[in-house]
Amino acid sequence: MINVFRKGWRPAAVLLLLFILWEMAVNLAEVPAWLLPPPTDIIQEAVMGWEGFRPHLQSTVLLSLCGFAIGTAIGLLTAVILHLLPFIRESIYPLLILSQNVPIIVLAPLLVVWFGFGILPKLIVITLVCFFPITVAALDGFRQTPGELRHYMLMAGAGRGQLFWKLELPYSLPSLFSGLKISATYSVMGAVISEWLGAKAGIGVFMTLASSSFRTDRVFVAIFAIMLLSLLFFGGILLAERLLIKWKSRESGRK
Amino acid sequence: MIQLSVNSLTKSFDSNRVLSNLSFQVNEGEFVSILGPSGSGKSTIFNLIGGMLLPDEGSITLGNVEISGKRGSISYMPQTPSLMPWRTTLQNVLLGQEIMGKADPETARKMLQKAGLGDYENAFPHELSGGMKQRAAFIRALLSPQPIILLDEPFSALDELTRLDMQKWLLDIWNEHKPTILFVTHNIEEAIYLSDRILILGSKPAKVVQEFKVPFGRPRMEGIFLDKNFLECKRSIHHALKNH
Repeated sequence: MINVFRKGWRPAAVLLLLFILWEMAVNLAEVPAWLLPPPTDIIQEAVMGWEGFRPHLQSTVLLSLCGFAIGTAIGLLTAVILHLLPFIRESIYPLLILSQNVPIIVLAPLLVVWFGFGILPKLIVITLVCFFPITVAALDGFRQTPGELRHYMLMAGAGRGQLFWKLELPYSLPSLFSGLKISATYSVMGAVISEWLGAKAGIGVFMTLASSSFRTDRVFVAIFAIMLLSLLFFGGILLAERLLIKWKSRESGRK
Repeated sequence: MIQLSVNSLTKSFDSNRVLSNLSFQVNEGEFVSILGPSGSGKSTIFNLIGGMLLPDEGSITLGNVEISGKRGSISYMPQTPSLMPWRTTLQNVLLGQEIMGKADPETARKMLQKAGLGDYENAFPHELSGGMKQRAAFIRALLSPQPIILLDEPFSALDELTRLDMQKWLLDIWNEHKPTILFVTHNIEEAIYLSDRILILGSKPAKVVQEFKVPFGRPRMEGIFLDKNFLECKRSIHHALKNH
């Protein structure tokens, strides 16, 4: 905790300075609030409008968590299958990269056309942005197991399953967590994008409503909420990593 | 009783003949060293015995069972400690048993205690010194259920003082458990100090050019390094290595 404080004060100070500059600039240039509200207005709106904003926030959190969980599961499963079956890896891996080149903004409305306004198209969007970093990270981790460890395992008589469970999977954990961190932040973005397309609640809905009624202060409240949420998810993954990969954190802590 | 028997092994990689008609035996409870220059095909021999490679000709038997191409028939200690970084010392030394079936933490704990690693039972490999890692790797090999241990230049990466320490420790432990050991090294002194018998390997293609029986009894003291006979042994082995 002290460590966080020691490392975190510099960016926090920069952020504070930026806010002060922003406040001063807006006041001096007399920018109208619908164009760019000062930070104090945004904070005020966040506090005053909290009751109205909360259901949207809850809905987005729930959606992101569900999507992230499904995306992680599918990402891991894909990685394991591709790793254990080289034949499938060769034929599918290039297609996976292609899947990331489809613009979500274009795909999302199509998904709504196909699957309606329910939760399914939203989960598909989040899964689509989440699974890829996890698959790539896990695959890299599996394949980078050091030759000497693999040689020992084989000489000692390990079968394919033991090689995977006792060597490749634990070895890939740090790499896997890098993927999880990226996916966790993507999942919030994915959720907001999918809510844009039509939902009853969610930060995405709140944002569209606010921007079409020129409530720029609310748009900013939504932006900051998304940022905070992403940061929170990221922190959660970081915490899980610390707890799960004790051998690594102690190693880097010593250096 | 003959434990491991290697019979006229031949192995080539493409047109490069690495082993030619290699034969030797290791008896039960015996400590045999294979001594040869680097690049003389020592790791190929281990990979063949370990079942990682198939011989072009010849056979390898353990007890009376043919083991060529059968992984997991021998216990193995590699050149690098090859401990899993996410496993504690105790979990690491149990790995060999785990792979073959059932782990027995009680015996492992006792053995760690004796090896001076008792306090490091729950430490991760990066918290151990080079010598401690090698000890853990050897205990892992010793705990593995297979009847023979293959050691592949285990002390070559250690500094001189640590190496002497480790050799002495290895002898102590060998005296206590009397496992069958096949030890590969390129260090003449190490081979004389540790083994009952030394097989001198000629290179390209590798074959046993001379077999050397070490004339010292057991248990051995460190003092034999300065013994006149020791120097005599060293000289004749050196001679044999040079002439091939």
